[in-house]
Amino acid sequence: MRFQDNELRLASRAGGDGGLRSVLSVPGMHCGGCIQKIEQGLLKLGGVTQARVNLSTKRVTIDWQEAGDTPALIDTLESLGFEAHIFRAAETETDERLKYLLRALAVSAFAAGNIMMLSIAVWSGSHESLRSALHWVSAFIACPALIYAGRVFFVPAFLALKNRQTNMDVPISVGLILTFAMSMFDTIAGKEHVYFDASVSLLFFLLIGRTLDHIMRKRASQAMNGLQKLIPQSACLVDIDETVRFIPLEDVKPSMRLRVLAGDRIPVDGIVRSGVSDIDMSLVTGESLPIKAQAGTQLVASALNLTGPLVIEASATADSSFLSELIRLMEQTEASQNVYRRLSDRVVKIYTPFVHGAALAAFCLWLFFSQDVHQALTIAVSVLIITCPCALGLAVPIVQVMAARRLLDAGVLMKEGGALERLKEVDTVVFDKTGSLTLGQPAISNAKAVSADAMAYACALAQNSHHPYSQAIAKAGKAQGYYAASSELTFDNVKEVPGCGVEGVLGQDIYRLGALNWAAVQDGALPDKMVGTALSRNGVLMHIFEFDDALKPGAKALMQALSAGGYDIHILSGDARDKVETIARNLGVKTYASQVKPEGKLSYILDLKAAGKTVLMVGDGLNDVPALSAANVSIAPENAVDIGRNAADFVLLRRDLMSIETALNIAKRSDSLMRQNIYLALLYNIFAVPLAFMGLVTPILAALAMSSSSLIVVINALRLKRGHS
Amino acid sequence: MNILFLLIFVSLLIGAVALTAFIWSLGNGQYEDLEGAAERILYDEDIEVEETVNHEAEKRT
Repeated sequence: MRFQDNELRLASRAGGDGGLRSVLSVPGMHCGGCIQKIEQGLLKLGGVTQARVNLSTKRVTIDWQEAGDTPALIDTLESLGFEAHIFRAAETETDERLKYLLRALAVSAFAAGNIMMLSIAVWSGSHESLRSALHWVSAFIACPALIYAGRVFFVPAFLALKNRQTNMDVPISVGLILTFAMSMFDTIAGKEHVYFDASVSLLFFLLIGRTLDHIMRKRASQAMNGLQKLIPQSACLVDIDETVRFIPLEDVKPSMRLRVLAGDRIPVDGIVRSGVSDIDMSLVTGESLPIKAQAGTQLVASALNLTGPLVIEASATADSSFLSELIRLMEQTEASQNVYRRLSDRVVKIYTPFVHGAALAAFCLWLFFSQDVHQALTIAVSVLIITCPCALGLAVPIVQVMAARRLLDAGVLMKEGGALERLKEVDTVVFDKTGSLTLGQPAISNAKAVSADAMAYACALAQNSHHPYSQAIAKAGKAQGYYAASSELTFDNVKEVPGCGVEGVLGQDIYRLGALNWAAVQDGALPDKMVGTALSRNGVLMHIFEFDDALKPGAKALMQALSAGGYDIHILSGDARDKVETIARNLGVKTYASQVKPEGKLSYILDLKAAGKTVLMVGDGLNDVPALSAANVSIAPENAVDIGRNAADFVLLRRDLMSIETALNIAKRSDSLMRQNIYLALLYNIFAVPLAFMGLVTPILAALAMSSSSLIVVINALRLKRGHS
Repeated sequence: MNILFLLIFVSLLIGAVALTAFIWSLGNGQYEDLEGAAERILYDEDIEVEETVNHEAEKRT
């Protein structure tokens, strides 16, 4: 059984018909054609009974038979052109809270619509007996609706009061209950004006705001979606009698011997006991060149084993490995951060006491002047109704929802609505280099100088290796069409020599692709200046390939746009000095630092913040994670490690870095829309409160004012859809 | 007059049916993938699947 199959089995759970159900995340799907391709492609596999794509969440759920071979789901998707990752079961739980909110919303919409319909008859001046009957029917509808849907507000309000605190739900609950009780009393007494319609439509509008707000917060965990698995969920244990079996990662204990094949990630921190290989540390430290591993080398979890099989002795459990250390560092940072107070929270803080004060003042004044408790209470209730923060509750989340959509169209996933506000404040942008500004994969830089002949040989050899340079050669070979030529070249005895390169025999000749002094042994002393990977025939140099880590598309344009926008740009990398320098010069960035450790990146960010800057961190690797969580706001590129994606506020879904600039623009625009919306909602109150205060607000006026102010806020938010994209 | 109450009752009943239908569809997962549903309508699944099956059959023979 292959390692990947085992991973898939461990990540799946029981599905229908006694089979297994796996969920894969496929971030690349985007249209109906993709759905067809994926579903039909997967259904063709033996053992697959059902494949269902969810385009909204970009996932595919596959049911397959437990007996028989594990279907090659990920390979099939890759051959169809879709990158796929295993999705863990715990993350696929449905959002019960959202469902409850939607049900409450439906109930309140039903009640509000029907009571409104009856109220129109009352407003148009129905006969007294009919009016009373209609009031009773309204009360009959409103009561269960308030009890069912109102719980969304009542329960938190009750809990807050129990703890002698107050929150947004308390005034809402007081308003709703008071309005209902008052109207009930007036219905029994046969009075003309009742506010059932107002109280239920109030509930409806408030629930819209609350639901949208919940969706925007929910994104925090939804964004863990297309998680790229970094640490395998299982490890290959070598028993004392040298037999090999897979065990879950949690069961790994220190001093266990584990086998790590070429192409797999190191499961836990450990020391190499046997075997020689190259280790790709780019995710861990940001170094772009692999390091050599042999017996005694210390390895960190999540580094990638490239060239040879290794047996390592675990020196830590999964919980205490390198990753967990990083998480601890991250948590410390978060604990020490002062939490950003969201715009809406700040407004509500001022707004609520003001409203309550106004209602209380109205009650006292009317009681004093009219000596009529009932009338004074009616006025106070109408002040509460008219000021109930529906529009205010909608003002911010509706803009966030629109912005999230715009961002998604631009290829940026927003995890939490509040991040928009922080993104708008940014004045300093700090970039990681490897994998963030650059692709993180080397590419041949002297491709034009390579002869077709050399390319074909190199390509044929390179296909046998996981080393990033080999993969780059194989990729370039395929792209330039040498693949066909190279597949005719069949090397015998192909073997990979860890730390050196690949060797193969063709006819009488031995070809080598790898380190210069290993491949070109016959050439004797080579000039020191020569770097790169050599292709040789019988030890005679044929060609040298040079590599560099290419910039991501849009990197230069982004830098120009950012510096034109007045942002302060920094590059912070764990890589060697000369490499960072080249990239920085290439991009025209003046401030950069190289060979920075994770702790160094963290303190760099903290220093910037201490100097009063608002910092945006863009980083992909493990070494960036503490910095990502320390920065005011953070963006993880599409190739980022999953823990990085979790720490970041935004995740790029495309390679093009210009989407960062788009995100900044959307953030600015939505921030101004949010402010406009809040001003509109407050402006409405400036007109409505005096009217209510004077006792001029009738039920019809209250209903009109409430709906129109909410509508205006929504329409204003829709403006985000247009404008430059 | 009484006919009015009958009408009110009927309209509430119709509304309640719609509400129940919505709550049922919510629980049934009809809103899990709105984007996907919008795209799927463009493809005739039955015919597509049959064709695929036929191709498979041809290849085997």
